[in-house]
Amino acid sequence: MSDTNVQSASWEPRIVAFFCNWCTYTAADLAGVSRMKYAPNTRVIRLMCSGRVDPQFVVDALSKGADGVLIGGCHPGDCHYVEGNYKMLRRFDILKRMLTDMGIEPERVRLEWISAAEGEKVKRVVNEMVETVQKLGPLGLPQKFNDWDSEMEHFAQHVAAKEAATGCGCAVHGKKETVNA
Amino acid sequence: MPKPKVAFYWCASCGGCEETVVDLAEDILGVVEVVDIVLWPVAMDFKYKDIEAMPDKSIVATLLNGAIRSTEQEEMAKLLRRKSQFLIAYGACAVSGGIPAMANQFPREQILKFNYEECPTIVNESKTRPQVSFTEEGRETTLPALHNVVRTLDQVVDVDYYVPGCPPTPKLTKAAITALLEGKLPPKGSVIAPDIALCDECPRKETKPANLSIEEFRRPHQFLMDPEKCFLAQGVVCMGPATRSGCEAACTKGGMPCTGCFGGTSRVHDQGMKIMSSIAANIVPKDEAGISKVLAGIPDPIGTFYRYGLAKSTLRRKVNLPKEA
Repeated sequence: MSDTNVQSASWEPRIVAFFCNWCTYTAADLAGVSRMKYAPNTRVIRLMCSGRVDPQFVVDALSKGADGVLIGGCHPGDCHYVEGNYKMLRRFDILKRMLTDMGIEPERVRLEWISAAEGEKVKRVVNEMVETVQKLGPLGLPQKFNDWDSEMEHFAQHVAAKEAATGCGCAVHGKKETVNA
Repeated sequence: MPKPKVAFYWCASCGGCEETVVDLAEDILGVVEVVDIVLWPVAMDFKYKDIEAMPDKSIVATLLNGAIRSTEQEEMAKLLRRKSQFLIAYGACAVSGGIPAMANQFPREQILKFNYEECPTIVNESKTRPQVSFTEEGRETTLPALHNVVRTLDQVVDVDYYVPGCPPTPKLTKAAITALLEGKLPPKGSVIAPDIALCDECPRKETKPANLSIEEFRRPHQFLMDPEKCFLAQGVVCMGPATRSGCEAACTKGGMPCTGCFGGTSRVHDQGMKIMSSIAANIVPKDEAGISKVLAGIPDPIGTFYRYGLAKSTLRRKVNLPKEA
């Protein structure tokens, strides 16, 4: 998929999913071997723990063209590393506030506890997430960054105008060696 | 042999960085002795056209402070880039956007409307705003246009070195100038400051517990702080763990927490997200309601965690602002 098709009619949500190795990724595996069908819009990245999901990863995914980010971890109390999922839960609260402040709908990020036995829940959560993001539409940050930077053409125009007027971009180029005010 | 030419320039900044150059005190005389300052608008009288007239790359180094926010600043940044062998982003605004980059949370129209119409100290009944060009008696005068987006220097031109800080310390400034003059240059793109977190040089480091367990956030004006204890251990937001050292812990030694002006270390890609991650993970509650309650003690996370770095952050700017011409 290219970044240029975000506005086109064929747009489909792109969701980056960070799943923990011990529960949610295993659940996604279970959904696979159980031949459950669900929306193909997620790109799953396996991490050892939801506590490893650095908020930097979330904004990085969004800024590189993801329309949503799904994070899956073990149920509270079940974390393989005892506390990792609580760390994610705490970060998630303020991450959503920060994304909202930056103009990103908080529904674009979702945190779910999915145990290794809950293949069915992977299917439901992914389908729901795709539906939610489908309604929100494309986030299209790479395109936005390009749009923002289109305002920086001033100097190029200035030099072009000068070249047109004088036949040289730098009218007195090289004539002065030293500058004395 | 002619002395190497050096330029100082300022863009969207407060002037504090210029003050640091002056704070080199008698050392500045040493600098002036060995270099030829060709541009320094805050202190000396030069004309832009003199710079335009210089051959490309004839300035050895330009230390540019301030964020890039107007067409004039953009133009000067590009001009100085062409004329300089080394362009140095000097100070937090040039490096990461600084305080001016907080404007990236608002549309330009709102900023102009407030500053020229709604600000309580403004009397402007005709609602006059500066115009980009204006003709009177057949003569046209022009003013720079304000960009929608506040940018770091390296979002506009190629930058060789970074000297962080709000403002950079005289010590770092001297180190940078000395390195330039002696030709002992670090690899291009280097930040002229130690690549380790501020906590490393903070005198309160010993009192930082392995597990912070923050029960409540408090702000410096709300209680009497322990002058020796780690700020985070007292529930005060301190950016130290996600901020580069090099300031010699000026703020924490002076009784105030770090606000992050040196930016992150090389391992930190998004300073605001990184410190948020660290601080939020270390609060005590484990249930959603309890977590929200404690984190409500940080009323403005963007302004707190991106105080000096919004332009350089991953998202750069509030992403849903209306498009303006």
